[in-house]
Amino acid sequence: MSLNKNQMAWRASQDLKSGSVVNLGLGTPVLVSNFVESSRNIFFQSENGILGVGPEATQEEANPNLVDAGSRKVTLMPGASIFDSAASFSMIRGGHVDVTILGSFEVSVGGDLANWDSGVPDKAPLVGGAMDLAVSAKTTWVLMQHNTKDNRSRLVEHCSLPLTAKNCVERIYTDIAVIDVTSGGFLTRELISSVSEEELRNRTSGYIKLANDCRELKAPYIGN
Amino acid sequence: MDKRRQSAVEILKEVKNGSTIMISGFGEAGVPNTLLSQLKEIHPTNLTIIVNSVTRPHSLPHALIEADMVSKVITTSARGRGKGLSKFEEKLRDGEIELECLPQGTFSERIRAGGAGIPAFFSPVGYGTRLGEGKETKNIQGKDCILEEALTGDYALVSANKADRYGNVNFSYTQMNFGPIMATACKTTIVEVRQLLEQPMPHNHIQLPSVYVDHLIQSEEINHESQ
Repeated sequence: MSLNKNQMAWRASQDLKSGSVVNLGLGTPVLVSNFVESSRNIFFQSENGILGVGPEATQEEANPNLVDAGSRKVTLMPGASIFDSAASFSMIRGGHVDVTILGSFEVSVGGDLANWDSGVPDKAPLVGGAMDLAVSAKTTWVLMQHNTKDNRSRLVEHCSLPLTAKNCVERIYTDIAVIDVTSGGFLTRELISSVSEEELRNRTSGYIKLANDCRELKAPYIGN
Repeated sequence: MDKRRQSAVEILKEVKNGSTIMISGFGEAGVPNTLLSQLKEIHPTNLTIIVNSVTRPHSLPHALIEADMVSKVITTSARGRGKGLSKFEEKLRDGEIELECLPQGTFSERIRAGGAGIPAFFSPVGYGTRLGEGKETKNIQGKDCILEEALTGDYALVSANKADRYGNVNFSYTQMNFGPIMATACKTTIVEVRQLLEQPMPHNHIQLPSVYVDHLIQSEEINHESQ
């Protein structure tokens, strides 16, 4: 048993501080906003030029001119603003985004991120705003499956895929654990009850240990 | 002064082979589909296009590539959707087209710099990655940076909401994206809009000032999946 994508997104959402500015990457990370109540006053930034992205638009609300960086038709929160792409990345590079949560292919024990080039032959690269966000956000978290479909660890000693940015990831939320990137290696803060410490080690490449106060990783039932 | 035109066809016929063309748009918002479909008919070749994304095979920027009009693409998002190769990816594999892939913020800032008279700037984004290879590096204020040069173009093709006869432009929601900066960085800017206004636009509605705009046309409804 492991967490599904919605449960992983829920878990990451619990650590966002009220009032923070957060940019969510495409794929699983964007699900995080579904679990943040508006009372927490968290402003979601979308790099195409929105501060204050609201829930996905219904068919009646949908406006083709109001999209987020994942091309989803969205709504705006009260207090939202819209600006051009240069202003958006000034906001990002200038350090005005508190947290970015990104998907990834690999994260190294030194916090290096590799999430823009999948290495599939002849498929062209897609970098989007990932490098700008990883380098510039005050905090970078990664939300990804612990292992690939063929059971290789996505947590690695050294990234084998082209880097997005060096030494930028602080925390990793996987389907089995919550892990901090520390100078002493991967430090497991929470681990799902069905996975033993030994299994975690076997499924992780790169030095990993449990924190002294490591807790059980739990999430409410949420369907996929 | 009146920058409104009946059609952009005569202007686009002057686009020379080998020109550099910036194309606005992010997702469906702000893609100048009327101008792109007219440009495709006129069919200049050997173009460099500067566009955020060429991921969607049925979008008009991708259609210019399929029509063998493009020799170089400067973009942030080149990977075709799906597992198979897009026409662009096939051309890339076969060495028929050149790709310059940029981090999106660097893409934007290089265009902004191009319109703002800044020939180059240092940025930490991309340092130590494959996209920073071959670029001059410098440690500034403790940050490792790479030198990024400004981007300029011959034509900017932009889609917006409203414009007045003077060339002042207003955008709808996230249609703005790259339009205002691309308009500043090109010799000739053509903007297609949903509505052309007879009266001057109130100054606080203006998101792109008239000085950057050369020609305005009315958008046609084009039923085409945009990028």
